[in-house]
Amino acid sequence: MSDLRPDDDVTALLSVPVHTETLNRLHRRLQREAEQAGLLDVGYTTVDSPVGKLLLAATGRGLVRVAYAREDHDRVLEVLSQKLSPRILRAPRRLEEAARELDEYFDRHRQAFDLQLDLSLSHGFRQLVQKHLPEIGYGKTRSYRQVAELVGNPKAVRAVGTACATNPLPIVVPCHRVLRTDGKLGGYIGGTEAKTALLNLEAA
Amino acid sequence: MRLGMKQPFENIVAQHAGTVLRVCRVILGPHDAEDAWSETFLSALRAYPDLPETANVQAWLVTIAHRKAIDVLRAARRLPLPVQELPEQPTGSGVAESDDPDLWRAVRDLPDKQRQVLVYHYVAGLPYADVAQILGGTVDAARRAAADGIKNLRKNYPGASSKGAPL
Repeated sequence: MSDLRPDDDVTALLSVPVHTETLNRLHRRLQREAEQAGLLDVGYTTVDSPVGKLLLAATGRGLVRVAYAREDHDRVLEVLSQKLSPRILRAPRRLEEAARELDEYFDRHRQAFDLQLDLSLSHGFRQLVQKHLPEIGYGKTRSYRQVAELVGNPKAVRAVGTACATNPLPIVVPCHRVLRTDGKLGGYIGGTEAKTALLNLEAA
Repeated sequence: MRLGMKQPFENIVAQHAGTVLRVCRVILGPHDAEDAWSETFLSALRAYPDLPETANVQAWLVTIAHRKAIDVLRAARRLPLPVQELPEQPTGSGVAESDDPDLWRAVRDLPDKQRQVLVYHYVAGLPYADVAQILGGTVDAARRAAADGIKNLRKNYPGASSKGAPL
């Protein structure tokens, strides 16, 4: 009888089901052991926020990327894999502190972030601008021109715009506080709606 | 996809975690399977940056799992063989879920090579050419070992042809 279907029964027999909970438990163990072995080059998680789902990623040195959903999180992770290391795992524990501070920020209980940052995704002038952006205080705004002056290069208005547009750590590094010189909103990596939402949050 | 593009390791885990666990379970039984799974993925994570872009990831993972399982089997054989007590009911811990003691006994009693060939071909879905590469030996030998394994399994596990997959 079984000769009619020589293989199906064996395949079915050996392919016992694997429960999701088992795989989740094994994944947590892998996160832990990878961290201990120094193999977790990039850990990430996603969190919900008033400006949509955010991807948070950190190296051993600190928070390296905050990404809006419109950036396509899968695509962002592929870029991290290419630019930093493919040793990337979902590892919410590494992002606990960042997630908590973001929650506090959105609850208006926090005005400045106190996190280790890894700025290795940007270089040169862009990184310089991004290092200075936290000097624009909560609820304040500056123009691209003023930021150019702030970093000691008043003619580099356009380059400041590029530095803001390529900020790998939006919200935490507050590029949303930089507006066009004519007072208009200017672009934003998270979209103008998110920029307005953050400015309104801080103005309230 | 751009050239030189390597996907995040998380994608590898997401795609292959279940298959590797099934492989480890059939090779080692439910008790040692999770240790072997963990060692497999930790080793894979370590070696991943050097894996060629063109590599067959599933065959690569099964090869690592095979080596880890051999280590476990060898270690176990240096010790007096414990009688593997299997719980009658799934414990809910996930360790023994869906276990059918008769099935595991029949699988455990197969010669190592037959058990390995069966699992790499039927569970991991690797062609006999890949299986032969993992185990050494010829493709024909792998095919014969599989046929013998199926015969033995059907003989020793009466549920095989009547019950299908245990629930």
